[in-house]
Amino acid sequence: MKSRFLKDKRFLVSAFLLGALCLLAVLAPFLAPFPYDEVGAGPNLTAPNRTFLMGTDVLGRDLFSRVLFGARVSLAVGFCTAAFALVMGTLTGAIAGFFGGRTDRLIMAMVDIFYIFPMLLLAILLSLLFGRGFFGIFISIGMTTWVTQARLVRALVLQARELPYVEAGRALGLNPFQIVFRHILPNLMGPMVVSLTFQIPNNILTESFLSFVGLGLQPPYASWGTLANEGFRGMLSYPHLMIFPGLALFLTMIGFHFLGDSLRDILDPKSSIGSHAGT
Amino acid sequence: MAAFLVRRILQSIYTLAFLIVATFFLLRLAPGGPFDGEKVWPAEVKANIDAKYGLDRPLPVQFLEWCRDLSKGDLRESFHYIGTPVREIISDALPPSLLLGGWALALSMLFGTILGILSAWKRGTWLDFSSMFIAVSGITLPTFLIATMLVLLFSSYLGWLPPALWEDRKSMVLPVLTLSFRPLAIIARMTRTTLLEVLHADFIRTAHSKGLSETRVLFKHALRNALIPVVTLLGPITASLITGSYVVETIFQIPGLGTHFVTSVIDRDYPLVMGMTLVFGFVLILCNLLVDLAYGLIDPRIRLEREE
Repeated sequence: MKSRFLKDKRFLVSAFLLGALCLLAVLAPFLAPFPYDEVGAGPNLTAPNRTFLMGTDVLGRDLFSRVLFGARVSLAVGFCTAAFALVMGTLTGAIAGFFGGRTDRLIMAMVDIFYIFPMLLLAILLSLLFGRGFFGIFISIGMTTWVTQARLVRALVLQARELPYVEAGRALGLNPFQIVFRHILPNLMGPMVVSLTFQIPNNILTESFLSFVGLGLQPPYASWGTLANEGFRGMLSYPHLMIFPGLALFLTMIGFHFLGDSLRDILDPKSSIGSHAGT
Repeated sequence: MAAFLVRRILQSIYTLAFLIVATFFLLRLAPGGPFDGEKVWPAEVKANIDAKYGLDRPLPVQFLEWCRDLSKGDLRESFHYIGTPVREIISDALPPSLLLGGWALALSMLFGTILGILSAWKRGTWLDFSSMFIAVSGITLPTFLIATMLVLLFSSYLGWLPPALWEDRKSMVLPVLTLSFRPLAIIARMTRTTLLEVLHADFIRTAHSKGLSETRVLFKHALRNALIPVVTLLGPITASLITGSYVVETIFQIPGLGTHFVTSVIDRDYPLVMGMTLVFGFVLILCNLLVDLAYGLIDPRIRLEREE
């Protein structure tokens, strides 16, 4: 198993890229040459140069520092919402799949409704309701994405339910929760990890979309989506304002994309979960 | 099939109903109102305004009143564009959005399948690599970055196409390209994956051993089976076109539905939000329904599984 990770070049490159990005995000306060919200750190709207690696924005803030700090927001949103979707989706999916019958129908009816609900509308409504703080964004993205996980886990549990080891568990007199949580779910880690690596970038993209629309986190926080939104008005004259946050987002997305692809080949060769869903 | 059809249609109807109820109440529970602004109204004025627009009654009553008007085909007047019926706003904004979305869908389906077929057929060649390079960048590039790059290249640098607005054919090229990029990539990847799987199936070997030409095997035997899973993508793709259209319409300043979508929620323009939800929800649910039905028609095995 270990050697399969080490042999896969896509895995190594994408893991290194994402590791580096996370490290940059964590170390942002030490690496940023200027405070990210310091107005007038340099002249307004400078093109990228040696002091201001990515140029400055309308208020003379250093874009490089802002992109570094944006990484913290964007990555945190991606990881937290994916964790939420993982817990919520796994719980509901596992229960629906294992117990079947009326429980299954009830849960799946709810999941189907969320699945068809226009993501954008739900996210906007929830962010109005819960505010535009971190918690509001977290809820509005988490609530719109857990259903994918629920559907996946349910389908996997349905398959696993018929396998001999589950029957053995029943014969031993284990209660259903022990069977599901101690025996079935640990066996499904592979596909679940793979779907998680596709979920995180999708959530990051959704957050950048919400921020681009103007419903993202409020200042002083600035995610890559917020930065792109700020840059969008001067797109033609000052493209650097939009291109650098966009590039940061692109690197993250491509990292997760190849990580997911390689993990799928390593952990879960038969599945065809892909990054179809999303914005 | 009939039972499946009926059950699926019923499911669509209650989903749409739930969507409308949820939107109505979530929107009203959110803080802020349509007439809140810089100026704070005196209490009597506020009460008068609320009474005029029926906002003073209990929420459930307001909802029933809205449903009553809807049953007469009346979507009411917008709060923000005072005196303009919501129906008029939507019917003005619908054509550009439909045109944009329709072209993007057509382009992405056509070129997505072509790229997918090419890369599966010529697996491991430069054709495969360049097709998949396009596909991966389509999936990983955020829409606003695609738009920026296209505008910089074709409008600023080359000067071939206008950077914004929605006037003649030329101005439609960049928005349609931007919007179609992501679905195109998704379709190309899916086509490649499924076609590669099918090409390893036994019946393809049989077809080859019968002495059929390679193109005949590819187009008559393999492709037909490979495109089935691609059909299921149309649901998520319609959703992504609707979401994407907001970004594209904002960047290219197209007077379509997308631009109203977010602003109407921010303005708390209740009648307009409800009208938009109705239209978007209907389109989305109809697409999902059609995809499900088409899927059942193309592949009988699925129909049987679901009827059990």
